[in-house]
Amino acid sequence: MATVAAQETVQYKSVDSIPLGEINVANPHLFQNDTVGEYFARLRREDPVHYCAESRFGPYWSVTKFNDIMAVDTNHKVFSSEAKLGGIAVQDMHSVEGALELEMFIAMDQPKHDQQRKAVSPVVAPSNLLLLEPTIRERAGAILDSLPVGEEIDWVKLVSVELTTMTLATIFDFPWDERAKLTRWSDVTTASPETGIVESFEQRRAELIECAMYFKGLWDERINKPGGNDLISMMAQSPATRDMPFLEFLGNLLLLIVGGNDTTRNSISGGVLALNQNPGEYQKLRENPALVASMVPEIIRWQTPLTHMRRTALADAEIGGKAIKKGDKVVMWYLSGNRDESVIERADEFIIDRKNPRHHLSFGFGIHRCMGNRLAELQLRIIWEEILKRYRLVEVVGEPERLLSNLVRGITRLPVKLHAL
Amino acid sequence: MIKVIFVSADGSRRSVEIDEGLTAREAALFNNVPGIDGDCGGVCACATCHVHVDHAWINQVGLPEEGGMEDDLIQFAEGATETSRLACQIPMIPALDGLVLHLPKLQH
Ligand code: HEM
Ligand code: FES
Repeated sequence: MATVAAQETVQYKSVDSIPLGEINVANPHLFQNDTVGEYFARLRREDPVHYCAESRFGPYWSVTKFNDIMAVDTNHKVFSSEAKLGGIAVQDMHSVEGALELEMFIAMDQPKHDQQRKAVSPVVAPSNLLLLEPTIRERAGAILDSLPVGEEIDWVKLVSVELTTMTLATIFDFPWDERAKLTRWSDVTTASPETGIVESFEQRRAELIECAMYFKGLWDERINKPGGNDLISMMAQSPATRDMPFLEFLGNLLLLIVGGNDTTRNSISGGVLALNQNPGEYQKLRENPALVASMVPEIIRWQTPLTHMRRTALADAEIGGKAIKKGDKVVMWYLSGNRDESVIERADEFIIDRKNPRHHLSFGFGIHRCMGNRLAELQLRIIWEEILKRYRLVEVVGEPERLLSNLVRGITRLPVKLHAL
Repeated sequence: MIKVIFVSADGSRRSVEIDEGLTAREAALFNNVPGIDGDCGGVCACATCHVHVDHAWINQVGLPEEGGMEDDLIQFAEGATETSRLACQIPMIPALDGLVLHLPKLQH
């Protein structure tokens, strides 16, 4: 382990001096120090479908250009998401003795994926979201009103985390005073002992069982109480989901919580950072708040909250002229595709009034395309509309700190000062 | 030019024209008809160009190939029906002159 870590932190003078074969873009340090962009730029130029023969994640292919990524993402019959084959991240999913195995359709292939997604999808469909919007807006306003003006605060802790937890609590109609449980369960679901979030798999199991019991209580309460547009009432009352085996219900529920937690949180933080790095765009926004509509998808492109999704080849295939062998691990680097100049004009710039702002890879494409995409956009739209009503400027006053992860592109601390209108 | 009539969820009708060879998605987007997002650029990868083909036209337009990508995506679209299609997969040919397409209220 120590030698791997040492290898991964070796400093080269410049990205261009590294032999192509030695490039390992899955090195989490490159994301923490935010230098991975230079590596991706070089791969897009010199070797867009790149093979890394050796890494602590084993050998893997990196797909770095927009159209090649699209080709893999839409070829679900050849490129599998199946958990048992390793799942959806460059780091294999392992089954661990004693761990509670939660099955989630993000890591399933057809036909089971389709059945589950169809059953759950209506709860985050846009017409249902319209009903939840007023509550989300009111609660977002209250969080923003509670912030001190003119003092240095951590935007991540006081705003991004709070707002995301609040939205989750709202869409589940979760007991308000206990809403911090949702964030905890989200963290625990994806945790293994080395993350420090739980001490052992036994602890993880115990907490998830507590979570299961809690949701079972809410489910029983709501199954016979008609109405309610929260996700639990909808799932308890819909014929497609009401007879779902309980562990399946729990897996789907946790997928909704996990899917929308870090991703949205980091989009909220990433937007503030991007506007501070591009004061001209911030000025445009102040002059024309209607630009929030096109800024939201641009923030999601810019941040790319999930850097990649991984697939496993079920058969030999070709991508960008390279021969992929059955069983190979194929990583679609959305973060790189979102900077591909051959598809996105001025891809390296943050521009809040793009003509086709939703033409980005952050939500993936194909049958696994993010099911919560409209919910994510709705939250960001409300938050920015409410910020603009209250503050002239959310000013970044110190260096952001970034997460050590090659999957979640996260900002862990962002010192800011608020300026009143 | 080929004529397409879009009927929005509130019942209002818009008649537009589009060059042969383009698709029903472009017919909406190029003429600023709201109700079609078309996020993936028209390559059958996002299902945000979902439309309901008018019953009188479904035979001329045809159904998506069973088990193909369009079929796989339509099953997740909100309010999908037996005449659901993805507009980017409907090429405008002379036989479809006058085609009537109904738009969903919102795209997921
Ligand atoms: C900006 C915020 C978000 C980003 C960037 C994001 C990103 C993604 C990505 C990249 C995928 C996989 C796509 C693929 O494999 O092609 C995905 C799937 C998914 N996301 Fe999101 N997501 C976000 C917010 C949410 C929210 C708020 C929810 C909660 C409702 C959610 C629920 C899901 C679910 C259920 C899936 C699995 C879909 C499937 O496998 O069919 N996501 N998301
Ligand atoms: S535009 Fe994406 S599927 Fe038609």
